[in-house]
This record gives sequence, C-alpha cells and structure tokens, in this order.
Amino acid sequence: MITIITNKEFSTGIETSERADGRAFDELRPIKIEAGVLNRADGSAYLELGGNKILAAVYGPRELHIRRLMQPNRAVLRCRYNMAPFSVDDRKRPGPDRRSVEISKITSEALSPAVFLEKFPRSTIDVFIEVLEAEGGTRCAGITAASVALADAGVPMRDIVVSCAAGKANGQVVLDLSEIEDKEGEADMPIAIMPRTGEITLLQSDGHLTSEEFEKALDLAMNGCKKISEEQKKAILGRYG
Amino acid sequence: MIFVEDKEIVIPGDILADEDYHAGRGTFKENNKITSSLVGLVAVRDKNISVIPLQSKYIPKRGDVVIGEITDIRFSMWNLDINSPYSGFLPASDVFGKEKRDLSKAFNVGDVLFLRVVDVDEVKKVKLGLKGRGLGKFRGGILINITPTKVPRLIGKKGSMINMIKDETKCEVTVGQNGVVWVKGKPDMERVAEQVINMIEEQAHTSGLTDRVRNMLLELLGKEKLLEKQEETEETETEETETEETETEETETEEKLKKQKLKKQKLKKPMKQKKKMEKS
Repeated sequence: MITIITNKEFSTGIETSERADGRAFDELRPIKIEAGVLNRADGSAYLELGGNKILAAVYGPRELHIRRLMQPNRAVLRCRYNMAPFSVDDRKRPGPDRRSVEISKITSEALSPAVFLEKFPRSTIDVFIEVLEAEGGTRCAGITAASVALADAGVPMRDIVVSCAAGKANGQVVLDLSEIEDKEGEADMPIAIMPRTGEITLLQSDGHLTSEEFEKALDLAMNGCKKISEEQKKAILGRYG
Repeated sequence: MIFVEDKEIVIPGDILADEDYHAGRGTFKENNKITSSLVGLVAVRDKNISVIPLQSKYIPKRGDVVIGEITDIRFSMWNLDINSPYSGFLPASDVFGKEKRDLSKAFNVGDVLFLRVVDVDEVKKVKLGLKGRGLGKFRGGILINITPTKVPRLIGKKGSMINMIKDETKCEVTVGQNGVVWVKGKPDMERVAEQVINMIEEQAHTSGLTDRVRNMLLELLGKEKLLEKQEETEETETEETETEETETEETETEEKLKKQKLKKQKLKKPMKQKKKMEKS
C-alpha cells in the first residue's frame, strides 16, 4: 500500500529568511565571464560563478570522420562535460561517469535549438566543458559558458542560450543554489532559456516541489537567466571593446 | 525602422531592424524582425542589412582560389585540407590528363598547392582544379592562417595592404580565400610579414589600420629613410584614417584614389591573381 505523507507545515516559500551564505532568495552568486581565453580553440570562454570555475572550448564547424554520426542535412553538436579530479573536495576519479555523460547529453540538447546546425551539413561542432572547481550548479554554468564560447567561435546562432537553477532549500524557494543548498535542500531545478524569446531548452527537476513552488521557482530562474544573459553579452562585446 | 548603426558590433540575438529592411548575410528573420546570428559588424547598404563576422570558417564556393595541403593520396585523386569543415579533392585527370601515372610522383602528402574551387556539389564535395594562372605547388615559404572573413581586409582596397607588405618585406605573398596565407622571402623578412599579418587579423575590425600597418612595418624594418618620406605625405594620410574603413566600403574619396595611384607607381610586380580575388 502506498501512503502519501503530506506535511501541512511545509512552507510556501513566501517568507524571506536569510540563506547560509547571506544571499537574498532571488540573488545570484557573484559572476564573471571572459570570452576568448584559449588560443588554439576556435572559440572559448572562462566563467566563475561563486566557487565554480569553468572553461569551455569550441572547435568547428569541422569535418566529421565518424560516418555513423554524420547527418546529411545538418551538423551534429557534440558536447563533453568533464570534471577535473581536483574540482571537488574528495578527489574525483577521472573519466566519464554516469553523471557527466548525462550532463554532456543535456548540454548538447540545450544548445542545439539555438544553433543554425542546418548551415553546416555533414560536419560537427565540438564543445568541451571543463569544470576546474565545482560548487553547485556546474551544469548551468557549463551551458552558460559554452554558449559564450560558441558565439566567440563565430557559430551562427538564433540566440545566446543561458542557464540558471532555482530550487527549494530550508523550506524556501531560492535562486541559484549553492553546493550545500543543493545537497541538503528539498529541490533543485536547472533551466536553460533563449532569453530573447523566452523559449526553454532545458528543464530538469530533482526533488519535490508543489505546483505553486514550481511556478515560483520557474519565474525566479527565468529572471536569474536574464541577469546572467547581460553578463554574457558584456563578455562577448568585451573581447572586441 | 532600424535599431543599430552601421559598423556597430552586434552579437547573436540582437534585433537589427524591422521588416522594411532586407535580411542579408549573418542575419535571419523572426517575427518580422531582422536579427543578427553572429558576432560581427553591421553593414547597411540601402535597404540591405548584413553582419560581417569577426570570426568564421571557410565555406567553399565555386570559383574561389584557395591554398590547400595534401593529406591523402587515393587511387585517382588527392585529398586536400583546405582549412574548412569540408575537405577537397583534386582529380588525377586534372594534372595528367588521360595519361595514367603514379600520383605521388607529382604531388606528395604534405605538399601545399594553390588551387581553384571547380565545383561544390549538394553533399559538399569540393572539387578542386589546377587550371589557371599562378596555380600550382608552392616550394618553401611559410603558411599563416587567418580568419577567412578578414581576407579582404588583408588585401586592402585594390590590393593596397598586401602590396605594401610585399614591397616592404620583399616577400612573395599569396592569399587564399580560405584564410591561408603563403609567404616566401628571406627568413627574417618572413617573420616580419607573419607578425604584420597576425596584427592585421587581430585589429581587422578597427579603423585606420593601413597607417598602423605602415608604422609597424617601418618599426620592424628600422627604415628611417622611409619615415621622412612619410612625414611629407602625412597630412593626406591622417585624413584618410577617418574614412578608411572595413572591406565592404565601396565609396572612395578622391584623395584615396590619388594615393592609390602613388602606390601603384611604387609597385614592382603586382600579382594579377590578387586582383581577381578582390572581385570575388
């Protein structure tokens, strides 16, 4: 028999108690983005979001030698998300694991709708995301950095994809969860959007949210994305200042 | 209505204009708005609005002249890397005619050739050819890669920029539309040319480039005699800085025309293929 336990004392997330790191419920961690940091890659970006340090590199469009992956009418967007062994407190075993394979896949799916892949049939665009230091929300930071790197590489795009998470920690709906909030909180919901049209290209959810909380978290994350989007634009323009 | 100025730097997703404009290269239409798809400079010509990318990959086009390196020898053709998402092939019949000969006797893996794009089919197979003036194999020299969209800037108006580099360094310089530049001369002169070309690529989107290139060349070569000469003509040159602009600018002031004539007199051997490139 399944019993659904509902706790009536669950908060609605309207109150604004202070967070562990002293941020307001709708406040982002300090963010810094720089474009064009690598010489050998066609495009690159470095991003810092709180304690996250992420490098993204883009190669291509370039020739695809793997026949079975080749698409006759469009390019394929391949992504690789990788965490450095020293990026977390306990050394991470190097190499792809279940988590990084998943994130690679969702990154590719979050970026693909924005890129004009049909302009480069039979070719590939490769995106590499290296997490140098992690402090919660690396997949969002990775997507944000990757789309700056794509723009830097001169890949034609409809919009610059931006990603941000919202969730619930200590009974409160909050924006941009830190590592502790992510681990000990009730829910984490990363989203990626194309800011001009507001189209959602990624929406994941881990944990429990009521429909009101979901709405609130989505609104928060959307607003957070728009703020980050401004930083992305500054970073790209800053390269040619 | 237009929301941006000419030569403004835009990024993907920036709205450029309303539907009364025509969407050119580097832009797309969405909800009756013309939007940029690239990081680049806006170019407005009458009612046509386009974005010139600051960074791009070469997409082969029929009639272009390119520099390619042989990567593979097959039964009846060579495969070439043309610095593009698509590799090219050179049929053996183009070199030998109907005769059957060993392909590696003519060109080997690693050889650098100057070729023409004969055809690009719908599956992006790039057929190359060697028929034409100046096409063939390069011996010696160095290769420099630049972004293909900056090729017109490197050549300059009527070849002014490239001819200046050629004259000052006494190097042979050949530019392919795919952004590969071949330079041959004395080793130290090759290095000077490389530095200058890299500088041009870095600063291609800024104005007054010709003057800075001239100064850099003089500095690197340590020519004081020419500096004096330059001072005499400085007045006309400073004015040019204001009007001298990106490669798309078609209107030319009279002053510039005069100057070009002066430059042409200085030329020792203008390469004809340069002019062809400019047209395309």
